[in-house]
Amino acid sequence: MQNQNNLNRSLPPQFNSIDGIRLISPQESQYDNGLKLFLFDSPGQELVRLEWIFNNVFDENENPLLNTTLSAMIKEGTVDMSSAEIAEKVDYYGAYLIPEYSYDQTSITLYVLNKHIDKLLPVIKQLLTEATIPQNELDTYIQNNKQTLSISLQKNDFVARRLFYTDVFGPNRYGTVPTAERYDNISREEVMGLYQKQMQPHNCTLFISGKVDDTLIGMVSTLFGKEWVATHPQISPSLPEIKPSVGKLIYEEREDALQSAIRLGYPVIDRSHTDFPEVQVVNTLLGGFFGSRLMRNIREEKGYTYSIGSAIASLKYGGFFTIASEVGAAFTRKTLVEIDMELDRLQEELVSDEELSIVKSYMLGSMLGSLESIFSHADKFKNVYYSGISLDYYDRYTQAVKSMTPERVMEIAKQYFRKDDLVKVVVGKLD
Amino acid sequence: MVNFKKFILDNGLRVLVHEDHHTAMACVNILYDVGARDESPDQTGFAHLFEHLMFGGSVHIPSYDTPLQQVGGENNAFTSNDITNYYITLPAVNLETAFWLESDRMLSLAFSEQSLEVQRQVVIEEFKQRYLNQPYGDVWLKLRPLAYQEHPYKWATIGKELAHIEDAKMEDVKAFFKKHYNPQHAIMVVAGHVTFEQVQELAKKWFADIPAGERYERNLPQEPLQKVARRQEVDADVPVDAIHIVFHGPSRMHPDYQAMDLISDVLSRGASSRLFRRLVKEKKMFSEINAYVTGSIDDNLFVLEGKPSEGVSTADAEKAIWNELEILRNELVTEEELEKVKNKIESTLVFAELSILDKAMNLAYYELLGDAEGYNSEIEKYLAVRPQDIQTQAYKIFRPENSSTLIYHAKSK
Repeated sequence: MQNQNNLNRSLPPQFNSIDGIRLISPQESQYDNGLKLFLFDSPGQELVRLEWIFNNVFDENENPLLNTTLSAMIKEGTVDMSSAEIAEKVDYYGAYLIPEYSYDQTSITLYVLNKHIDKLLPVIKQLLTEATIPQNELDTYIQNNKQTLSISLQKNDFVARRLFYTDVFGPNRYGTVPTAERYDNISREEVMGLYQKQMQPHNCTLFISGKVDDTLIGMVSTLFGKEWVATHPQISPSLPEIKPSVGKLIYEEREDALQSAIRLGYPVIDRSHTDFPEVQVVNTLLGGFFGSRLMRNIREEKGYTYSIGSAIASLKYGGFFTIASEVGAAFTRKTLVEIDMELDRLQEELVSDEELSIVKSYMLGSMLGSLESIFSHADKFKNVYYSGISLDYYDRYTQAVKSMTPERVMEIAKQYFRKDDLVKVVVGKLD
Repeated sequence: MVNFKKFILDNGLRVLVHEDHHTAMACVNILYDVGARDESPDQTGFAHLFEHLMFGGSVHIPSYDTPLQQVGGENNAFTSNDITNYYITLPAVNLETAFWLESDRMLSLAFSEQSLEVQRQVVIEEFKQRYLNQPYGDVWLKLRPLAYQEHPYKWATIGKELAHIEDAKMEDVKAFFKKHYNPQHAIMVVAGHVTFEQVQELAKKWFADIPAGERYERNLPQEPLQKVARRQEVDADVPVDAIHIVFHGPSRMHPDYQAMDLISDVLSRGASSRLFRRLVKEKKMFSEINAYVTGSIDDNLFVLEGKPSEGVSTADAEKAIWNELEILRNELVTEEELEKVKNKIESTLVFAELSILDKAMNLAYYELLGDAEGYNSEIEKYLAVRPQDIQTQAYKIFRPENSSTLIYHAKSK
């Protein structure tokens, strides 16, 4: 087709290199009760997010199900308010109250319009200091979660993930998975005991992002700085025991499966390690975006799957690498062969400058795009804060991505992407 | 409040610009006015399969993804029963790359046989992953044909069956492109760190010479008024029974739409909602239960779905749902309860303004509905709903003869 303005549509427009990101440094302080505070102020919008984040506390059994239960139960009743009253108040003021458990921290997040903070902060204060964990609510929680679990256990992907974590991490906070029996063994006393140990000001960091004005700070200081009194001594963190994993295949057959869920991986370094950004580059090349080798080969060339990807997750005590996909049952073995081949190729063949430059541009663009609002600034900060490093990580990251060479890709691949050590889980059909 | 400016190119392409200079990114959202409802009954799943083919190279550009990744951009797309929506986010300094890519594929695709073969296979795997290889994955494959007898909403976007995907031919792909993928059936929204003048110039440069395409009359079969309750019970390989009840309700632009939507909020939005409070927490009859509206442009469905707790029969559970619907028919909601769900809508709108992509998608969608300004005035329609309107809608919608019920009985019990 000819263009009247003589446009050459075959030629891409000129493009510009992508800058690193400029992050907002938070204003930092600490109250006498030990509560740490980080403020990310963006006066434009009339909304604010407050996150109370607690380091998870474990006893020698390291049963994370207790922590997930606590996280869910914290808004189910206080001395003065019932579960229903709490829910009513949050909803009435258009707020969102989201308790969340992750491997190393448990958080309570409140999204709220500034005009309503005076109604909701006292409620949060109660959750943190006067939760009652009613037996009746706990029973409902356990019963419903057992039912949800029974449904999840029919999903191949869910089962593959469980088998993977169990094997890679072993019986600790990272590797212990929920079972009906473990749910049945949860007692109110245990949950309450954990609540009293964990939900303490000296074990909490409060991140506030959005419109941070004097009214808000005044209320926070009174409610959470002055009136929140520690009732339990500080507990020094215990370390999980993580054994190096050994390469193996774990196969659970599902005779009627139309697709197999596959999940491969093992523990690797976490964000605090200097190689981490470079490991991210190699992971992105392998399976970290739509143009990655796994996606192009296994989806876009062979059509074995709707999606395949790889990721590096960073935990407080180590990280892990995974490749995951759900593939047509007839393609299970072929997919495993292709994944092996791609891992070999990383170690044996230098990546072309062109392919590497696409990976770099994608990563820099993606970093820039991840800064959508003031909340993302806080999220970026939390990532480094909980890895025990500082915000200059992001400058190092940008630098490491930009200066990555094909030779370095190969070195990193040899060191961190070793196919023989992979724990390979298949749930579905293998032949 | 999302400010925007609009212009229309001579070929009919509507372009909306929303400037937001808080970000270094830009987003280009192109909505094509075609969805699964425009498919013929013997070629279902085609609009969605076609969406995959839009990434298989265009007339002058062999690869769509690579040049975009090269400039730090990302893209994706989705197909619904009503629309197909494509979006790019990229560093604003490289905005023109998005115009280059999107204009070329609006001009013409490469129509590569290899791409058709592979994407057909990918979509078949998607079909299996989402609908066939999951417990309850096939709910909508059963519910749609139960609730709709004539309207093309009777099939899911993924298609009625795998065979329709397997049989897709290149000539159909070409005809589909010609009919639906052209400037007068598209709406482009550019949002983020851009200026109106810049977008105007780029739009003219890259899109102005694309032929307008031919107009056609969308003439969809209308759904006749349902007069008898419908019911389907299946024994399924699932661990827990499940109940789905759907009712026909007003279309998206009908003045009663917002009242219907607020009913679903009263019933199931947030931890204080009626169904969750009464049926999950108090009576412990369900482990989970939800109510929502499909939000379709034509004849909507009001959906109730839940899983009864262990030891509760589906009959009792069903009765408990109907009891809640009866209450809505017979008693006015209090001003306070209505205020609560309205407040939630208001705050959700404020939070949605944090994302340029959300804003761009919403503007495009409201423009399709008639006027992008509708995005900003939508809240007023919600705020105007009175308790009496809720009751009137509940009375109209929650009638047995307007319902279709699908029960899954767990085989493994």
